[in-house]
Amino acid sequence: MGLGQWIEIGHMDELGRMESPVHRLDARSKALTTLVFIVVVMSFPRYEVSALMPLFLYPFAILSLGRIPPACIVRKILVAAPLALVIGMFNPYFDRQPVAAVCGYVISGGWLSFASIIIRFTLTVGAALALVACTGMDRLGAGLERLGLPRVFAVQLLFLYRYLFVIAAEGSRMTRSLELRSAGLQSLRLRVYGSLVGHLLLRSMDRADRVYRAMVARGFDGEIRVMRRTHFRWTDWMFMIGWTGFFIVARLWNLAELVGRWLTGGVS
Amino acid sequence: MSHHIVEVRDLCFSYPDGVEALKGVSFRILHGESVALVGANGAGKSTLLLHLNGYLTPTRGEVRIGDVPLTRATAVAARRAVGMVFQDPDDQLFMPTVFEDVAFGPLNAGLPPDEVERRVALALERVGMVHLKNRPPYKLSAGEKRAVAIATVLAMAPDILVMDEPSSHLDPRGRRRLIGLLKSFAHTKIIATHDLELVVEICSRVIVLAGGKVVAEGPTVEMLNDECLMLAHGLERPLSLSRVPR
Repeated sequence: MGLGQWIEIGHMDELGRMESPVHRLDARSKALTTLVFIVVVMSFPRYEVSALMPLFLYPFAILSLGRIPPACIVRKILVAAPLALVIGMFNPYFDRQPVAAVCGYVISGGWLSFASIIIRFTLTVGAALALVACTGMDRLGAGLERLGLPRVFAVQLLFLYRYLFVIAAEGSRMTRSLELRSAGLQSLRLRVYGSLVGHLLLRSMDRADRVYRAMVARGFDGEIRVMRRTHFRWTDWMFMIGWTGFFIVARLWNLAELVGRWLTGGVS
Repeated sequence: MSHHIVEVRDLCFSYPDGVEALKGVSFRILHGESVALVGANGAGKSTLLLHLNGYLTPTRGEVRIGDVPLTRATAVAARRAVGMVFQDPDDQLFMPTVFEDVAFGPLNAGLPPDEVERRVALALERVGMVHLKNRPPYKLSAGEKRAVAIATVLAMAPDILVMDEPSSHLDPRGRRRLIGLLKSFAHTKIIATHDLELVVEICSRVIVLAGGKVVAEGPTVEMLNDECLMLAHGLERPLSLSRVPR
């Protein structure tokens, strides 16, 4: 299975067109709420793990109310996961100060911050992907523009997304021809990959140019126009205020700890 | 109606890397005419087509759509008048669904939503692809993609249709359907192609390009029957013409 198939980029567009209460919300309310969510998640202290857990409620709620299969989001998170692993992987080496003990095992601060990074990464990337999956990139771009994001950035975002398809398609075609001619050899020389990546870049640029040309030919002038504009309704206010309230509560109090204490009858 | 006329005068164009693709091309295509641009690979056909809606700016000479010279300022109007169907439908279909793709042009033209919807329905009906309305374009077959690509252009109600290799990648049935469709259009048509049988059926006039210049121009049957001319430019005399008495 090629990378293109594995992450199923096109699938996101199909998901974005589904009908559900979350899909019907205005793109702006979802974008703002997700932004608040990301800021809140990022604002936790570096060793925090347990207090982050209740925040998983937000991406899970969006996915389940939006009827989006979690597997396709999880797959995309996994594709980006190496990035977070690289960012956090040196923490356990440099920060060996013991901070907690669980069942006799001493946990160093490094491991705790590493876990915290991974959780934050999963939360933020998961929420962003869920946002795209239940809004559709075009509507999201138009929504962001209406929120006051300069048009240049909104269009950049849209093109970035559109060209992902282009690069994935070129990439899968190239790896296929590579596989067909590598005579079953598993490890290929680095040089081959170097030239492959270079070619991928050049071909993607050519292709992107042709796509742009086709857009210009049909009157594209930098403005994103969508067919159906959603309106900000009371449900949008409810969605925004409700979730923002929850995020603030979860930031101020460690809900996981409170629930744990309540369940164990106050034994600590 | 004079605005369906396409005139190219002494058009020259060099790519930034110094390749001289067009070296003084001139021709005039009248209202309602169907003209084929033929020539070997690299003769400058695609480069020429890209000038017709102002995507490339000539280094010398000019393109006139109707009575208006094509410049940066008039390019927007020209793009509305000249509908361009590109060689690879994958480049042309970039929206999440067929509907949105066909609606892209009308929306950019600033039409109200119900008019956009009407145009899309009409264009899809014209090419017989209404049933694919909600499908993602990248999942269609080559023939369907081509038909939808044509619909995206029709939805903009152009006066002039410009096509680059419309019959490539099509199976015989798809090609036959395409020919029927093209025959039914009253638009002025400019078709760059290697499919000379298609030219025989659709075009009344042929312009032969070679090395960035027009080397021959005339009625289809006369041009394509000229065996020497055809062979000299990487082409072949179409078989169907052998039945036509010379």
